[in-house]
Amino acid sequence: MPSIKDLAKREAKFVSGHRLCPGCGAGVVARHVMLAIDKPVVVGCATGCLEVSSTIFPYTSWATPFIHSAFENVAATISGAETAYRTLKKQGKIDKDVVFVAFGGDGGTYDIGLQSLSGAAERGHKMLYVCYNNQAYMNTGVQRSSATPRGASTTTSPAGKVIPGKVQFSKDIMSIMVAHYIPYAAQTIPGRWNDLVNKVEKATNADGLSFINVLSPCRLGWPHKPELAMEITRLAVETCLWPLYEVIDGKYKLNYKPKEKKPITEWFKLQGRFAHLLKPGNEHFLESIQQEVDRRWENLLKKCETN
Amino acid sequence: MSIRVAKTGNEAFAEAMRQINPDVVAAYPITPATEIVQIFSQFVADGIVKTEYIAVESEHSAMSACIGASAAGARTMTGTSSQGLALMWEMLYIAAGLRLPIIMSVVNRALSSPINIHCDHSDGMGARDSGWIQIFSENVQEAYDNIIQAVRIAEHPDVRLPVMATTDGFILSHCLEVAEFLDDDVVQKFVGDAPHRPNILDFENPITLGALDLQDYYFEHRRQVAEAMSKSIKAIDEIASEYEKLTGRRYDFFETYKLDDAEYAIILIGSTTGTAKDVVDELRSKGKKVGLMKIRVFRPFNYLKVRKALENVKVLGVMDRADGLNSFCGPLYSEICTSLYEANNRPLLMNFIYGLGGREVKEEDIENTFEHLFRAGKEGKTVNTVYIGVRE
Repeated sequence: MPSIKDLAKREAKFVSGHRLCPGCGAGVVARHVMLAIDKPVVVGCATGCLEVSSTIFPYTSWATPFIHSAFENVAATISGAETAYRTLKKQGKIDKDVVFVAFGGDGGTYDIGLQSLSGAAERGHKMLYVCYNNQAYMNTGVQRSSATPRGASTTTSPAGKVIPGKVQFSKDIMSIMVAHYIPYAAQTIPGRWNDLVNKVEKATNADGLSFINVLSPCRLGWPHKPELAMEITRLAVETCLWPLYEVIDGKYKLNYKPKEKKPITEWFKLQGRFAHLLKPGNEHFLESIQQEVDRRWENLLKKCETN
Repeated sequence: MSIRVAKTGNEAFAEAMRQINPDVVAAYPITPATEIVQIFSQFVADGIVKTEYIAVESEHSAMSACIGASAAGARTMTGTSSQGLALMWEMLYIAAGLRLPIIMSVVNRALSSPINIHCDHSDGMGARDSGWIQIFSENVQEAYDNIIQAVRIAEHPDVRLPVMATTDGFILSHCLEVAEFLDDDVVQKFVGDAPHRPNILDFENPITLGALDLQDYYFEHRRQVAEAMSKSIKAIDEIASEYEKLTGRRYDFFETYKLDDAEYAIILIGSTTGTAKDVVDELRSKGKKVGLMKIRVFRPFNYLKVRKALENVKVLGVMDRADGLNSFCGPLYSEICTSLYEANNRPLLMNFIYGLGGREVKEEDIENTFEHLFRAGKEGKTVNTVYIGVRE
């Protein structure tokens, strides 16, 4: 793995000038992912914050070939580009080794884009799919997604007098992706650059579609203090809400186990979307979330142990 | 140089695709277009084409993958029908807006609901404003000839728009007709190598494709699409001339049949034209001055040329195999009205909706249509819209 000094010397393929918010995780994720790949890269992006903020015509933050077509289909779009590359290479019309990366938010991945992602995974196109997961439809103004955690207040699952925010727990996208028997799937955070870079390296060397789920803070939607963005992602790991793990050819591997598991309230109290849960009267609801986080963490540990 | 064999419309499309030998095909099966990709995937499995075939999980992904492949510089083809085309709707506009020369065979079929697998033109008409060039076929020969010309039209440097060539579901897609097929090398020579386009595999000149255009640029880029569509008229004509030299078959934006001195005429699209030509012959033998026009290229619509060909007709019946559901008329009627508004002698115009969901069109239906026109001519007034062959 390259040192951070080596990374800093690499030519940036995602460059400044984009219009993402200060404290947004997506820009950090995009920059880290692109730095981690030391080969020619074609990038695809689903409609969403990253895409609209980085490609406002006539400007672009992508110093590498880039394509956006629509919201629900970045995996299918890159399937086409990757297939074109394979045939053109076979025909001797291109000689480079090219890496294909698709970026989608949680909307473009967990929800509207799930079908095209599943199709691309099953067909085994050689691409890295990165879900920059900010846990709601942030680009359209903080609507709930199937990645939104239980209890979070969003504009379509608002905390009200009767309902305390989103009722459902988030979808387990990692298991869904692992169930496709893809060669590599991992969960990471931008707050640990080395974990992220390491995983991108492994993913881009995998033979087939690889998937990385990156927690990506949204200062407007969560909301949080911009300067705490990276810290918040690390706290998500410490509370076991967002474990760092990878699944290589079906085998689970935990990359980090907190010495002392912190209660979820530690994570919640830094974000406005959970503020209502910390008020008196919502203890029971809060407890149900802690129980589910514990249950999922234990499940994951078991999966990692059996390997 | 060429052989005459009996093939169905679907076989003809698949055969043309084999001869074109595209880099990438991404498709999803749908009745009655399924056979096209079925036959073609066998060509891939047998290694007789260089094509990489992507068996996608939906038509939306089919068009999305075509967009990715075409953006990467690959010559890219697909095929679909009806609901499949409808599911692609979002991506059709994007393919045209990104100026990607994707070539698609479309087998025209009714749209749900109610679900129906047979022919009408509602699917194609739903795509008429998407920026795709649309070429309809009367028979298997035309389908074959149209899809080959489509490659050159799409990739023409002044055009760079996606093209769909269509057949009528089941009527053409599944019926055997004798047609003349060119030799492989003749087709290869005609389509040639795809001209270079900016693409996302060019790392020396990286492009951002599909950027966000706001109030300051969107309009200019859409204006360029409109300009490309206008310019395609000349390109379509030139490519047709080149194809004529090769085959002896002349293709125009439309075909006229006994129209020159006709007082009463009908206009239609697709396979019903054959039946209509027989009726024209029969009425001519009875001394009626009748004729017809068959629209081949619906997008772009050659308004000026259509006007010139129609302005001496007395009464004109426009036959739509799709309803506009606008409380007045079908889509072809609107185009013909637009064409004729500035004509020196404006014919009386009537609109007929026919053949929806594969409803059989018999000679007496066409005769009935002409009867309406004769009556309108006699009374000097028209009725709109007439539904032909429906139980009211």
